[in-house]
Amino acid sequence: MVETHSFGVNPITCHAWNHDRSRLAFSPNNNEVHVYRRVELEWRLEDVLNQHDLRVTGIDWATRTNRLVTCAVDRNAYVWTQGDDGRWRPTLVLLRINRAATCVRWSPLENKFAVGSGARLISICYFESENDWWVSKHIKKPIRSTVTALDWHPNNAIIVAGSADFKVRLFSALIKDIEKAPEANAWGGRSSLGALIAEFPAPGNSLGGWVHAVSFSADGNRVAWVSHDSSIFVADPKRPPTRLKTQFLPYRAITWVAPDKMVAAGHDCSPYLYKVTPDGQLVMVCKLDVYKKREAGGLSAMRKFQSLDRNARIEPADTSLDSVHQNAITSICIHKGTKEACVTFSTTGLDGQLVMWDVNNLESAIQNLRL
Amino acid sequence: MAKNTSSSAFRKIDVDAYNEDNYKEDEQGELQSPPVGPDEAEVNSFLNQGRMVDALKTVLRNAPLGSKNQQVKDAALALTMKVLLTVKASQVEEVVLALDPDLVDVLMKYVYKGFESPSEGSSGHLLVWHEKAFAAGGLGSIVRVLTDSKRA
Repeated sequence: MVETHSFGVNPITCHAWNHDRSRLAFSPNNNEVHVYRRVELEWRLEDVLNQHDLRVTGIDWATRTNRLVTCAVDRNAYVWTQGDDGRWRPTLVLLRINRAATCVRWSPLENKFAVGSGARLISICYFESENDWWVSKHIKKPIRSTVTALDWHPNNAIIVAGSADFKVRLFSALIKDIEKAPEANAWGGRSSLGALIAEFPAPGNSLGGWVHAVSFSADGNRVAWVSHDSSIFVADPKRPPTRLKTQFLPYRAITWVAPDKMVAAGHDCSPYLYKVTPDGQLVMVCKLDVYKKREAGGLSAMRKFQSLDRNARIEPADTSLDSVHQNAITSICIHKGTKEACVTFSTTGLDGQLVMWDVNNLESAIQNLRL
Repeated sequence: MAKNTSSSAFRKIDVDAYNEDNYKEDEQGELQSPPVGPDEAEVNSFLNQGRMVDALKTVLRNAPLGSKNQQVKDAALALTMKVLLTVKASQVEEVVLALDPDLVDVLMKYVYKGFESPSEGSSGHLLVWHEKAFAAGGLGSIVRVLTDSKRA
């Protein structure tokens, strides 16, 4: 039900899967992106993408068109395409920003992508075939601090952005040059690029903390986010946002796994399952991590060197946590299934581990434990 | 090539000050919480009757957290400290259990604020409050003290 893979001692800042989940791209907290291929139980390094000069902050894999996009602290984004020889080749994207890029997401139709940055703007990037390059258009107002998280509405035209000014905003991200306006949706709103569709919490009402992650539900009618005040929020077009203050450390990542359920994980090192009740309330279902610490069987040389390697400790004291991840979780991706019906999801953390979780099995197993 | 110096003065330059759309805190914060702090006479009468839970609920519910008026905030802090220090250590737990989760967060803010300006024996007593508030609110309530822009 829980599968763990370790990729060394470096933290994993972000990761992404290809279309059939046979390949994995992640950044080991530096300027490189490693692409691994899974061969049965082991991972083989296929390529190292090292075009960026500084730390990579975001990776997204366009699964249908098999392209990677990466963004980094060096203020650049690259779109990577795979040649016939299997090597990945970069194309520079002109983001026109003067601060670090923080996050990147392909749109559902994969004809454009969005990059958030410390320059207090979102770059919506698309390919201009006449000039044969990627250009960007900016969404600026009324963002007042670093954009920390992004997610696309399934209609390819609305984007949600979480920001360090404690706000979550919905913008229209329609590029009239390359696409037509979508059909009406629950959020309504105008369809010119950069039009503000909604802002949570309402203007003048500051609450919460800086936003770490945002997620649109599968039908796009709800948006959930987590912020640094250890809270989870869910908003829909009809009601003001619902807030649940948790008792745990703040979450760094969130995604929907069912029409009314989401998984959040972060500094607490374990993923938690949350649910929206029919009357709009948020409740915690369970902690998905049922890891039991194994009793340490005496002193082994292996344990001693492992402790030396991982923690730079000479004495073989047991410093392991009561969870699968041994440090904060930084990202969640859906591995099998969709946001509508997720079967397994993957998490990566500062401990250099990739963990795959089976949502339904874990949920029912834990509920049986309670009974 | 840039010259390598040991000077770190450049770190103190506020580059954002030169930006025209500079980030400013929300101005409307005052509207959210009552402009004046808790009613001192009401709280004192609760204290004299020994109704600690009511006294604490009154100060926490009316805490002027979003206020820009420092005098109001100082007065509320002094009054809250008086309530917190009046409750006996043995009663702290039952008082905390009577609070709803939002008020536990406010209580935590005042506990930390109280640590900032200790008086004779106050910190030891506040540690008891901290222990019980932590048991009720968890790590989340401490994180919210650190994160929230509305301070006690």
